[in-house]
Order: sequence, then structure tokens, then C-alpha cells
Amino acid sequence: MLRYAIKRIGYAVVTLLIVVTITFFLMRSIPGDPLSHRAQALPEQTRANYYAKYGYDKPLFTQYTMYMKNFLRGDLGESILYPGRSVSQTIAKTSPISGAIGGIALVIGFGIGITLGIIAALNKNRWPDYLVMFIAILGTTVPVFVLAALLQYFVAVKLHWLPSSGGGQTRHAIMPIMVLCLGPIASFARYLKASMLDTLSQDYILTAQAKGLSRRAVILKHVLRNSMLPIVTILAGRIVGVFTGSFLVERMFGIPGVGFYFVNSVTNKDYSMILGTTVFFAALFVFAQLAVDFVYVLVDPRIRITPESR
Amino acid sequence: MDKILEVKDLRVSFHTYAGEVRAVRGVSFDLHRGETLAFVGESGCGKTVTAKSILRLLPSPPAEIKPQAQILYDGDDVLKMDRKRLQKFRGNEVSMIFQDPMTSLNPTMTCGQQIVEALVLHKKLNKQEAKEEAIRILRLVKMPDAEKRFSSYPHELSGGMRQRVMIAIALSCDPSILIADEPTTALDVTIQAQIIDLLQELKDKLNTAIILVTHDLGVVATLADRIQVMYAGQVMETGTSREIFYSPKHPYTWALLSSVPGLAEHSKQELYSLKGTPPDLIMPLKSCPFAARCEYCMPICKRQMPQVTGLTDTHQVACWLQHPYAPLVEPSYERGVSNE
Amino acid sequence: MNEEISKDLFQIIGPEDSEAEKIARPRISYFKDAWRRFKENKIAIVALIVLAVLVFMVIFGPAISGYKFEEIDPSQRNEGPSARHWFGTDKLGRDLFARVWQGGRVSIIIGLVGALVSSFVGSIYGGISGYFGGRVDDIMMRIVEVLISVPYLIVVILLTVVLDSKSMFTLLLAMTITGWCGIARIVRGQVLQVKSQEFVMAAQALGVRPWKIILHHIIPNVLSVIIVAITFDVPGYIFGEAFLGFLGIGIQPPNTSWGVLASAAQSMYAFYPYQLFIPSLMIALTMLCFTLLGDGLRDALDPRLRK
Repeated sequence: MLRYAIKRIGYAVVTLLIVVTITFFLMRSIPGDPLSHRAQALPEQTRANYYAKYGYDKPLFTQYTMYMKNFLRGDLGESILYPGRSVSQTIAKTSPISGAIGGIALVIGFGIGITLGIIAALNKNRWPDYLVMFIAILGTTVPVFVLAALLQYFVAVKLHWLPSSGGGQTRHAIMPIMVLCLGPIASFARYLKASMLDTLSQDYILTAQAKGLSRRAVILKHVLRNSMLPIVTILAGRIVGVFTGSFLVERMFGIPGVGFYFVNSVTNKDYSMILGTTVFFAALFVFAQLAVDFVYVLVDPRIRITPESR
Repeated sequence: MDKILEVKDLRVSFHTYAGEVRAVRGVSFDLHRGETLAFVGESGCGKTVTAKSILRLLPSPPAEIKPQAQILYDGDDVLKMDRKRLQKFRGNEVSMIFQDPMTSLNPTMTCGQQIVEALVLHKKLNKQEAKEEAIRILRLVKMPDAEKRFSSYPHELSGGMRQRVMIAIALSCDPSILIADEPTTALDVTIQAQIIDLLQELKDKLNTAIILVTHDLGVVATLADRIQVMYAGQVMETGTSREIFYSPKHPYTWALLSSVPGLAEHSKQELYSLKGTPPDLIMPLKSCPFAARCEYCMPICKRQMPQVTGLTDTHQVACWLQHPYAPLVEPSYERGVSNE
Repeated sequence: MNEEISKDLFQIIGPEDSEAEKIARPRISYFKDAWRRFKENKIAIVALIVLAVLVFMVIFGPAISGYKFEEIDPSQRNEGPSARHWFGTDKLGRDLFARVWQGGRVSIIIGLVGALVSSFVGSIYGGISGYFGGRVDDIMMRIVEVLISVPYLIVVILLTVVLDSKSMFTLLLAMTITGWCGIARIVRGQVLQVKSQEFVMAAQALGVRPWKIILHHIIPNVLSVIIVAITFDVPGYIFGEAFLGFLGIGIQPPNTSWGVLASAAQSMYAFYPYQLFIPSLMIALTMLCFTLLGDGLRDALDPRLRK
């Protein structure tokens, strides 16, 4: 178990380092350089200072080693757009906002999605199933911004129930959470339904029935646990999905989260901020994946006992 | 001997896109206390469907048990039981083990828990008592290291051990009937012998009636008191083991017997292989279903369903060869067995 | 019913060889059977019809409107839908009916081309990885793992920033550069599974050549998975394009797409909601239809569901 954990963590770290490297060189391969577009109007000397400040006067490889050293210390550099503003601090300040909204959306989405999935699986080919699948398909096919715009139009503009944008108060977070949880609801419901139907057709369910367990006991003790296992594997994707979903949602609802700043930096070509945020998201994804793998090992006895076989 | 189970005119259909598949077509039989009855036939002849019907384990839809059928357990019609009664019946009075022990155990539950579950449910034991009882039963089914295996997960056990766990689950509540659906088919030959020996021993010890579903006459020979030969969802011949092995009357039984290696090898003849495949059960049958493959087929066989002829109290056969007009035929295989 | 039982009906005639070997139910070929099941799925058929209509309108719509999509008419700004402008006009007075269908061209082309290109690349990559297995497979899959360790949308955004050109081609490049990874994994898994099945082993044991095994056994078994994956990928690309368009880093004017149209309308949706809702509806409808079509195809092509 320990060997497996160390190996798995090692992989995650190596992957992350590769991703940081690739991203770094990608950003540096932009025609011209990240500063040229901002620095062209400056006088010669100021420009040299400006370049020196970001280390752009040094050879590319030195820049890379410098960046990696700083990265390992948790320092992602300084914003180009707002000199003096640290990328790490900006992320540290803004990501809890996104994390809170996204986390709540994920928990709500998980709860509702799982419930709907169970309802659909147990009522296969009857109206509750069709209704759930209809919601699930809408949830996966209606783009986030369409849903956000519809909500804003009807709930905020027409009915004046909630403010259409802004941050800081609970009422500002309601609509963004509603928008963000639809995706998880849809995917958890679809996934769990498929997984439950698969489990229901397994031989051991017949064994459980033949034992004389009530339908309820069969579902609770045998079906649910086994069908929840595959769900764990899509969790990492959903965690990140909530963050990428926040790019649009935070912009549309004017929430000062990490997605909002990321999109701003993209439109304003704040390269150090883009690089830093990408690295942050990659790290988040890699470690979410890692966490999910460990959870999986804990919940599935088939993996727990034989780490050598992996 | 008193009857513990009486099945009368069981008919089961599956509704598929291609039409109604009549998998079981009027099967009737009795089972006495402590007796072992074997269902024998090729795959797809309705043995398993008949067996599962007794516990009402067939998914509906697509399966439909026709309403005129009766399955009487101790005089109580299983098909009319309500949910509560059915739950008490399953596992407690009649239990079942399945063909593939690899897939028949819940992979995320320890073997012990799966036995305890039944004990807690039917015998109302508390957790500790149930655990002790479960270990006792594991010992009964000759599980090596019973205490240790109690907390093992199914994937940690071999196929034979898993089948022992299945048997332990099935026997945990002292059922009066154990239905074993191809209990040895998925196992290695050596393990098969062990499991058969185990069933034999448990049968003698516990006086449980067994319905043994198999396509393998070799398994039947040691275990069964009575044998019911099935074909295309119908009973072709039924009789005591002795009657079926030593004086079989149906050409299909002859064919089955002469395709068993152990029985045929003495006859110095080639192992017989029955040509063709069973009829598609989607077709309504008005004549003998075996007619098309039968060595002794007569014109009448293709026109009418044969009547059931009772030869002794226990031996019945559905074949036109029993008709007074029919010519006397000597089955070719018989030399093989009677030489023994 | 019961005819007279006469003695002459009792002479042994033996089995009928011909009939005994015959399988009574008519045999149905795989794709015929799939088509039969697909036809039964009314939802999938409706989705297919709606898609056909959308594609037709995307091809001929701009011409039907009678306006050029980039034609500015300052006297007709922000007009609501009317007989003259069926979907109304935008803030520069351009006809939205023409613009929506023109934008649809970009969206649908990106959806289809993106899905096809990534499936093609992914199938070959996954096929090689799965077929050769062992070391090759290990290395190839490690590479995929690294590529997908960055969230997809971030990769796309990063690449559009790096490529700094907002033509359809660079957009497609940015979206497909890691977009093939998913299909590669699916195909690899499928190839591994098919390869380990008895009929392929039997073919190998009989000395059938590798390319024949690939052609006769692996491709037919993987094809259905690829077709379904393509169908499910299309809405993903349409969404990706709309997402970028909405963030303002997609297709640039004068060209347009559904995402760009929705983005342009977003600032004023409170006053001119139709400008936002029509392109949004098109995006949602197209994605919905492709998803439903994919569902139908999967159910129809999945041999495991074959009864």
C-alpha cells in the first residue's frame, strides 16, 4: 500500500513538472515576447529595466531554471498587467471564492445527481426515468452561459428576485451555484443510472435476492455500494469542471474568483498570470486525480489487498 | 415420503422483439423431503428457467409465468405469495446456488458478511451469534481456515472456495430445499469432484431436498435419486436414477447417455454426438420437439404431441415409441451400460 | 385436431438431416440489426431529422434571408424579429437570420471537423498502442496521461493565446491538439479487449496474418465504438467553440459563430433578449440532437445489448 502510494505521488509530481515545463516554453514561444506589446512605447533604458525586472534579459534556459526554482517555492512570479501584484497571492486570494461556490455546487450536484440516478435506475423505462434522463440531457447539452443568461433574464431582470451580478453576499452566490450544479447533476445522474443498471444485472444480486433480502435491502446493501465505485472515478473531472465552469459563470455574474481573473488575464494578455493560473489548475487537477485514486483504493477491496498487481 | 414441492403445468415465456419465446412448456413434477431430483438436458432446454421460477427469480418483464401454473411449497402457492411471505420463503425455506461462483458473490462484501446477512435476516441472530454460526457453517462446508476466510473478500478465494461460500450461504438457514444450478460447471474437474462429494455429504447430514440442474449426467449419477430429462421446455422422461440409467425409454435419453464418456467407453464404440440443435423456442410446437433429431422418428411424431406413458409409479416417458402400434426398438447404447 | 391414429404412421424414418442443422430464426447481419434497432428509437430519428434541417439551413439559410451577413445598415439597429428581419437585427443593423446561419456554418464545421480529426488521430494512436501492447503501450499511454493532466478547456485557451490567430484553422488546431486523447484511450481499451477474445486468438493460432486480423476482427469491433465516440465529440467541439467565442477569444469579426453571436448579445440581453436566445437555442439544439443521436447509435451498435 505504502509503495503504491509513493509511486503514485511520484507520478503525479513528475507529471506536474512536465506540464509546467511545457506550459512555460509554450508561453515563451509566443511571437515576439510577452512584454513586447506593452513595452514598445517605452524609452530604451526603461524598457531594459522592465525586461530585467521579469528576467527576460537572461537566456531562455536560465529563465526556465529560475521559474522552476520559484515555482517549487510556491512563487509564480509577478503580474505583467499590474506590476507589483504577485500571481501566487492573487490565486490564493481568489481561489477560495471560486472554491466555495464550486464546492457547494459540487456537493449539491452530487446529492441531487445521485438521487436522480437512483430514481431513474429503479424506474427504468417508466416516466420518472424519462424525466430524469431529460433533465440529465438538458444539463449536459445546454451550455453554461445559456443557462446563466436565461436565469439572469428571468430571475433577475424580469422577476427581480435576485441580483443579476456582484459578489460578497449569499444572494449573489445563489444563481451561480444553480448554474454550476446542473452539470454535475446531469453527469452524476447519467453515470449512476448506467452503473446501477449494470450492477442490477450482476449474478450476485440474484444471490442476494435468493437469500430473501427485501428489495430495499438488496438496493442499499448490494447495489448502491457497487454502483458508486465507478462514480468516484469521474469526481476529479467534475472538480475541475466546476473551476472551468467558473470562467464563464464568474464573468457573467461578476464574481471576483480565480476564473474571473484568469479570463481577464487571457483577454489582456497578462502572460505571467496566464502561466501561473494554468499551472495552478494543472496542479489542482493532478492532485484531485491523485486523491480520487486513493479514495478508490480505500473503497474497493479488490484493489486494496493486492498493490503488487498494479 | 411426503411431498414438499409440487409444480403443476409450469409455463414460462420471455417476451422479446422477435416474439414470445416459450422457454418452459408445461412442466410438472414433485419433490419429496430429503430427495435429490436432477434436471438434465442440453443448454437452453428450460432447466434453469424452471429452477429460477421456483424462487420467482426471473425478471419480469421480459419473463412471464403463465397464470394457470402452480408451484406448491408445503401446500402454499409460491406464485401467489405476497412480498413479505416471499422474502421469508427465499433463503429460509428454499435457497439457491448459481453456476458461476466468480460472479455470484458480492465483490465488495466479505464472505462472512454475506453469510451473516442471511442469518440475521431469517434466524434473527445478533451480530456475534451470527458470526459464530457463519464460521460453523464454513467449517461444515469444509472451508479451510474458516475463521480467516470469514473476513476474506471473494476475489481472494479460489473458484472452489467461492462455491463453498455459496453453499454456506444457501445452507445457512437450514432450508428444506436447495436448488443448485449447474454448481460445478464453472469449476476445474478436480474441484468439481470435491463439490459433488460435499453436496452428497451435506445431503445425507442435513436431509435437505436438492434440485440439481445440470447438463452433465456424470454429476447426476452419484447425487440424484430421481432424474428428469428435459428438452425444449418439456419433460421427456422422468424416473429414478436406476430407471433412467438402466432402462431409459426415450430416444433423447439414449442419446444423452451415449454421449457421456464414462458410460460409453466400455462399449468400444465411438462417443456418440447428437446431431443438430434444439428447436427454436419461439415456434409453437404441436408435435414432438425432438422429432427432427430423433433416430427413431416416425410420421406420427411430426403430427402429434406424444402422450405421457407411465411405466412404473416413478417412471414416465413422453414418446410415441410406447404406443402399442410402434415397432419394438432396441437402443444401441444399452450394451454400454449393461456390460458394467 | 386429433386425427385418427393409424398403424401406418408408426414406421421409423429417422432424423431429417436438412432440418436438424437449420437454425429456425432468420439470421440478421450486424449492421442490419443495428439499423433495425436504430429505427425503433424514435428520439434518435427525430434528432437526426432536426440535424438534417439545421444543416440544410446552415447551407442555404444565409441565401434565403436576402441579406448579406456582414452588411451593416445603420437605420435598422437592434430591430426585433419582424417580417423583414426574421430574427431581427444586431446593434450594427446586420440581419440576424443571415448571421445565425452563417455563424452556424462555423460552429457545425468546427464540431464535425474537430470530431473527425480527433477521432482519426485518436483511433490510430489508440489502435497502435493497444495492438502492440507492452512497452509501446506503456510509453504511449504515459504521454496521454501527461497531456490530459491539464484540464481540456485550459489547454485550448492557452493554445489560442499562444497561436494568437483567431481563424477557424488555429481554433481547430488548439481544440484537437489534445482532443484526440479521449478517443485514443477508448480505442486502445477496445482493441485490447478484442485482442484478448477467443475468436482473435483462434485466428492467430490458425496463422491468419496480422493485417487480416486487424481488417476482419479488430476494425469491425472497434468501428462502432468510434462512430459513437465521434457523435458524442461533436457537441463537445461545438461547445468548446461557443465557450471561446463567449470569452471573446474565438472567431474574429467579420466572421462569426453561434458563440460569438451570443457573446456579442450578452451585454444587452436585458433589452434585446432575442439576440442572445436565438444563437443560444441553436447551440443547445445542435448539441442536444448530437447527444441524442449518439445515445441512439450507442444503443443500436452495442453488440452486448443484442438480444
